[in-house]
Amino acid sequence: MLPARFELHRPESLAEVFDLIETHGDDATVLAGGTELLITLKTRVLRYDHVIDLKRVPGLSEVVLKDGFLSIGALATHHQLANHPLVLEHFPVYARLSEHVANIRVRVAGTLGGNLCFAESHADPPAMLCALGARLRLASKDGERYLPMEDFIIDEFMTERGDDELLLAVEIPLLPTGARAAYHGFGHLERPAASVAAVALPAAKGWEWRFWVGAACGRPTRMEALEQAVNGLDAEAALAQVAEQVAAVVEQLDVHDDIHGGEDYKRHLITVMAQRAAKECMQ
Amino acid sequence: MNEFPMMTIAFELNGKQTSVDIEPRELLIDVLRDHLDLTGTKRSCDVEVCGACTVLVDGLPISSCTTLAADMDGRKVLTIEGVAKDGQLDPIQQAFITHGALQCGFCTAGMVLAVKSLLALHPAPDEETVRHYLHGNVCRCTGYVKIIEAVMDLGQMQATQLERN
Repeated sequence: MLPARFELHRPESLAEVFDLIETHGDDATVLAGGTELLITLKTRVLRYDHVIDLKRVPGLSEVVLKDGFLSIGALATHHQLANHPLVLEHFPVYARLSEHVANIRVRVAGTLGGNLCFAESHADPPAMLCALGARLRLASKDGERYLPMEDFIIDEFMTERGDDELLLAVEIPLLPTGARAAYHGFGHLERPAASVAAVALPAAKGWEWRFWVGAACGRPTRMEALEQAVNGLDAEAALAQVAEQVAAVVEQLDVHDDIHGGEDYKRHLITVMAQRAAKECMQ
Repeated sequence: MNEFPMMTIAFELNGKQTSVDIEPRELLIDVLRDHLDLTGTKRSCDVEVCGACTVLVDGLPISSCTTLAADMDGRKVLTIEGVAKDGQLDPIQQAFITHGALQCGFCTAGMVLAVKSLLALHPAPDEETVRHYLHGNVCRCTGYVKIIEAVMDLGQMQATQLERN
């Protein structure tokens, strides 16, 4: 299928991008890797007279260490992140996640920024980035702002990004020494039906945990009750508590039925994967 | 009535500098098949899942069904028509024939290109790597066994060659 006709703009600076956004407003969209946008344009679910390609703006795919954060440019591709030395060194869990996004062609073309801004609820990155405490750097003509990743996605295909804003970078705070992280996703299609991201930070007593569910609800969802049940316990006790408490916690989640599976199936997946992720953290 | 301007893109296609006039909305697969008569690239799922339309851009695989041709401006594109050199099949093509790694052939162009990039990134891959990398290339005939055998054989040949050098 062919998208409806549009004019393609290929700006070479952010200033030019913001001018184009201002000029064309709702008639324009920005294009990064295109793996999701082009499908909606081809099926004519979305239609724009102006497409603003961001790939010629320099610096948007840079991955650098900055002030205690790993800063990932919004246009970095999943393939780039799966193989980047800084990601492999500081967040091997995120490199592995990137290596398992969809398939190799989508990883080569698709960008992290596009993935987050599109907010397809079955994406892999959001839950893990929430668990890692990432923040997003957004910019508009009027300046920049930071937003915690956990506040960014509102619901399926809905984010806090303003119409005149661009996501510039995803910044993940470096983990303290001894911290552990794991990500487990499962599904029979290209995207996970459900996923669980777990992070365990060494605490004065035992561990401080973060558990986030991805893909199964409309947005990444934190399992605070599970965290509270296991925080401060030693490894063995924590794993025993996760096994005992997780099903009741998962029962409280707003899990959606969809093409990826029924609600009960996904609750079961989350129950199993939360235990596996916790176990992996404690190995 | 055409208020949307056409554009000219220039890129290297199968080793030759090529330039073509396109509409910005045109997809790479259509430009290859309809403008340039390179019909070896196949359209199947049209949503980046099946791999039949795989071509290599700067050595890495993409789905030409969901890639703007405009994005090829200044890049290097390899399609199945550019894989054989001087009338000689590429070792990957030969291995597919030797192992009977194709039946109807519709997925084969995409498979061969995916394998080409796989072996460039992982010269001697283990079976898990092969299965993981080819996970996005669907074949409804072979059951994959022969394809994986062909790729493992190629990997071993490359490994032997690397040892010799």
